[in-house]
Amino acid sequence: MTTFLRDTTTVFSRELRPALRNPVGLLFDMGQPLLFLFLFGTLLDGAVGSSWQWFVPGILVMMCLTGPMGAGYGLLVELLGGAFERLLVTPLNRTAMLVGKCMKATLTLLAQAVLIILLALPLGFEPHAVGVPAALAQLMVFAVGLGALSFVLAVKSAPSGTLFYVVSQSVLFPLLLLSGVLLPLESAPGWLRVLGQLNPVTYVVAAQRALYAGDLADPSVLYGGIAVCVVAAVGLHLGNRAMRKGV
Amino acid sequence: MIHTRGLTRVFTVRRKEKVDAVRGVDLDIEAGRLVAFLGPNGAGKSTTLRMLTTLLPPTSGSAVVAGHDVVKDPARVRSHIGYVGQRNSAGEEHRVRDELVSQGRCYGLRPREATRRADELLDLLDLTPLAKRLPGTLSGGQRRRLDIALGLVHRPRLLFMDEPSTGLDPKSRAEIWQHILRLRETYGTTLLLTTHYLEEADSMAERVVIIDGGRIIADGTAEQLKNDLAGDHVVVTTATAQDAEKAVRVAGGTARDTTVRLRVDRAAAALPGHLRTLDAAGVKVTAAETVRPTLDDVFLTLTGRSLTDDDLPA
Repeated sequence: MTTFLRDTTTVFSRELRPALRNPVGLLFDMGQPLLFLFLFGTLLDGAVGSSWQWFVPGILVMMCLTGPMGAGYGLLVELLGGAFERLLVTPLNRTAMLVGKCMKATLTLLAQAVLIILLALPLGFEPHAVGVPAALAQLMVFAVGLGALSFVLAVKSAPSGTLFYVVSQSVLFPLLLLSGVLLPLESAPGWLRVLGQLNPVTYVVAAQRALYAGDLADPSVLYGGIAVCVVAAVGLHLGNRAMRKGV
Repeated sequence: MIHTRGLTRVFTVRRKEKVDAVRGVDLDIEAGRLVAFLGPNGAGKSTTLRMLTTLLPPTSGSAVVAGHDVVKDPARVRSHIGYVGQRNSAGEEHRVRDELVSQGRCYGLRPREATRRADELLDLLDLTPLAKRLPGTLSGGQRRRLDIALGLVHRPRLLFMDEPSTGLDPKSRAEIWQHILRLRETYGTTLLLTTHYLEEADSMAERVVIIDGGRIIADGTAEQLKNDLAGDHVVVTTATAQDAEKAVRVAGGTARDTTVRLRVDRAAAALPGHLRTLDAAGVKVTAAETVRPTLDDVFLTLTGRSLTDDDLPA
């Protein structure tokens, strides 16, 4: 167990160091969510009078989909180069490799989420004192699962890497559009609503909105919680298997 | 240091198509040796190396590396061996020194030890001025030195190197070799490397293992292999093609136009006598030389193919 903790720390700090050396990179990675927040959010505000309370949680979930899901890209680069192979020849614990990487992806997301919340404050976003930490915790569990799934995808994509781009691009947008992140699904036709209900992200978005509004006892919080836990469990299980099998 | 028996790896390409990359390799390498795997691309060199370094499980057969079984106890094998892969080992986002420290941590060194060891290696491989650079900004030779440094962090007694000098210019190749040889001299490290540069295997390795089609087809010192399997030649050029034919009748060998090749035991010693014989027979010789065989000749004798034919470095 001590070796496992030590190895996890080793992987985590190796992953984190480039970010610490270049913290501005964190902002650049947030380009898309920031654009959506300021441009689309303002547009939405004017057009349908949607509240920031409704929109900001969606943006955070969207960031969770692009960030941790893109974390696999870093692994893919190391797989295509020789860095990952080099680490596989060291006695480093395989599970620790996965956990350390997921921790980094999750911590990055947390930092970005806090930043988005702070930036949304002057726009009129009013965070709930208990809801925010609860929402962030839920988001982080989601990030662990998505990060792990993205690592699995990267391992499966080697050596060409094509699969990674195809899957991440073709999965990301349907998941986003069908989750009600950008526009509410309530006004959608029935078939679209059904599709939305099959999408686990929908439950996370609903739960996040409830939490940020302070409705901690809302049933959607429970469903969202179940959704993120399932995603995290499946992700970690598959991720662990992929890492152990190596390449 | 390395003992394999019947080491085999079959890859399944698509559903039913199988490729026997390595077929029944038996190999024993004692400590302190510098051994080169030589063979064309696709011969099974890298696959063998990947099995010995626990990167790839064997389909069948066994391998004991640094005293531990690669299948039953891969973790122990890993902590005793170093590996310099074919591709670049350093992550693109990581500074040279950071990556060396991380590597030390991967082998369980404490942070302070890892830092000290990183600085030691930077110094040993002349990388100190590049410590804060990102790998992408290094030259090919510098990157390769970093790869070697990463493989040495835990002072392994056994170091595997997959084509350590491929793709480098002659000067960088010479530098890399200097470092490799110094490493051996100073620490007595056992080295197993793959190469497709004939001269390298010839001049540097104490033992050359020639691999083709997933099998070991020859194994010995470069001298032994060349003497046993190819041999010296005396080559004379005659004034006319008729003279060449006459030379073959008198002293043997094979003629092609005005060139006559004759295999002998020691060419330098045989040349004077050979020339006297030809002279006595009235053959007019205009030029004469002795030719030492290369490992390519050895490969040609063994397989009927030249190593250089299908093995142009990509």
